[in-house]
Amino acid sequence: MHTKNKLLLLLGLVLILTAIFMFYSTGTNLDYVLKRRGFKIATIIIVSCCVAYSSVIFQTLTANKILTPSIMGFEAVYLLFQTVIVFMYGDKTYKVLTNSENFFLSIVFMMLFAVVMYILIFKKGGRNMFFLLLIGLILGTLFSTLSSFMQLVIDPNEFSIIEGMMFASFNKINLDLFWFAFAIMMAVFLIGYRYIKFLDVMALGKENAINLGVNYNRMVQVFLLLISILVAVSTALVGPITFLGILVTNLTYELFKTQKHSILITACCLVSCISLIGGQFLVEHLFNFSTTISIIINFIGGLYFLFLLMRTQKV
Amino acid sequence: MKKAALILLLIGLSFISIFVGIKDISVLDIFSLNNDKALVMVVSRIPRTIAIILAGVGMSVCGLIMQRMVHNKFVSPTTVGTLDAAKMGILMSVLIIPQGGTFNKMLFALVFTFLSSVIFLKMTERIKYRNVIFIPLVGIMFGSIINAISTFFAYQYNIVQNMNAWLIGDFSSVLQGRYEMIYISVPAIVLTYLYANKFTVVGMGESFSKNLGLNYRGTINLGLFCVSLTVSVIMITVGAIPFLGLVIPNIVSILFGDNLKRTLPYTALFGAVFLAACDILGRLIIYPYEVPIGIMVGTIGGIIFLILLLKKK
Repeated sequence: MHTKNKLLLLLGLVLILTAIFMFYSTGTNLDYVLKRRGFKIATIIIVSCCVAYSSVIFQTLTANKILTPSIMGFEAVYLLFQTVIVFMYGDKTYKVLTNSENFFLSIVFMMLFAVVMYILIFKKGGRNMFFLLLIGLILGTLFSTLSSFMQLVIDPNEFSIIEGMMFASFNKINLDLFWFAFAIMMAVFLIGYRYIKFLDVMALGKENAINLGVNYNRMVQVFLLLISILVAVSTALVGPITFLGILVTNLTYELFKTQKHSILITACCLVSCISLIGGQFLVEHLFNFSTTISIIINFIGGLYFLFLLMRTQKV
Repeated sequence: MKKAALILLLIGLSFISIFVGIKDISVLDIFSLNNDKALVMVVSRIPRTIAIILAGVGMSVCGLIMQRMVHNKFVSPTTVGTLDAAKMGILMSVLIIPQGGTFNKMLFALVFTFLSSVIFLKMTERIKYRNVIFIPLVGIMFGSIINAISTFFAYQYNIVQNMNAWLIGDFSSVLQGRYEMIYISVPAIVLTYLYANKFTVVGMGESFSKNLGLNYRGTINLGLFCVSLTVSVIMITVGAIPFLGLVIPNIVSILFGDNLKRTLPYTALFGAVFLAACDILGRLIIYPYEVPIGIMVGTIGGIIFLILLLKKK
């Protein structure tokens, strides 16, 4: 099938799923239900695009298909921040900190973390990407050790507040944050638009890219910064979905045998919309909210990842 | 010489460990123990000190052996998902046989850690792109996947907070009658100790070790079994102690080089000394409460590891 047709097919699938999601057993209060569901769909699209965009670029930069930006420890920073708040304020958390304040502070902390890490690593020069990841991972483990200690001490009732933050959910979004997230995402996409063509060259490897005249290290830094903004926004908006990235990028590579990033990124956005809308539908109607979307995605994504590792000869 | 110094240090620390705690027992009391104090000694302090030494030796030797078998210095129970697999095993045991005792949990944890190690080793054999750092990255990813699957079940039964608590190593729960299982790790540690050289050879690759007349598969399975057994037993009795198996072998390798025959006793002693020191510190920092050992080692070990990484050229 032609690439364009495949893209159209995916788009069609997104639209059909959206329609089903919107109109399946609406009940009597049509106005309220449609508004709420439309809102969820919009959020899902934002999160999908953030995750897809950042994961595809990240995998090109690291030249492999099984790592995603979440490995760098952003989620650990986010969870540590949430845990500290609840640890300090307990059930008064919501009085002390409004949702918007929480959103922006989370983004600030995650960005701070990313920038400090980049400076730490790129200042010295000669370090490679994997080194950056390992440092991120260790810091992440360190943070989650601290969080789990606090979570251990916290009153179980207050823990349920944290538990709500630990798993991504599309049921608790408010409108202001949505528009902020949308604006930030569009800004990043606009900035990134000029650079996407470089990715096709960078995919050839560092030496080749430099030979062909790409300022490799500079581009890596630009992309890493863009990636961290997107990851921070999507995490602060709905919470962590660790394995969404792995799931959707690999499905995309499977469907599209192309190396052109403009196509890959578009396709990946569509694929993640499909998986999130489908997943959310399952959560609401099959599981009756007994589980959360991120747990389902992580479960399926995790199994898929194992399957990938077992199947491929080379990773 | 240095070895003797380390042994003396360990004896000193164990001695301190026996006399530090809420119940005030001074060294002089040894000769005039009343019932109360004797009970605290026998039920809590002495088992705790033994557990510290065994866990310290076990985790660091396991880390070293794993690093030799995969031929990668960043591999350890923390970085290849062993701890996560043990956690999953305990979860499954609680879900499937709720009334089963600790021994049951241990068996489950053992099976899961062993399987996960086998899978991980298969994975590393397939990774053609042998960047040193890439393997632990895949390992940690692997660990979080195992975790994701466990969380799926834990959330259903509303025991997420509970499950997270298992991950934190804590010596205060080590009491007479509840910790004896840790002795199972002794034969495993001894076995790893004796076979250490063979594990290094195995790390050189299949054809290499067969050339030297080694039973490749058998040795690998034995190594994985010993590591899994030690980790599961420690996980059940104490809980997870992150970074210990990673940091100690690396420090020892920087200080004493890579000759396994020479470094193995240092690794074991260093692990025990480090763990004992961390535990005593954890008991004193917020006295009369205590910081769980998992947090102490996780923080101190993590920072040491970061420094090692950043200093390395």
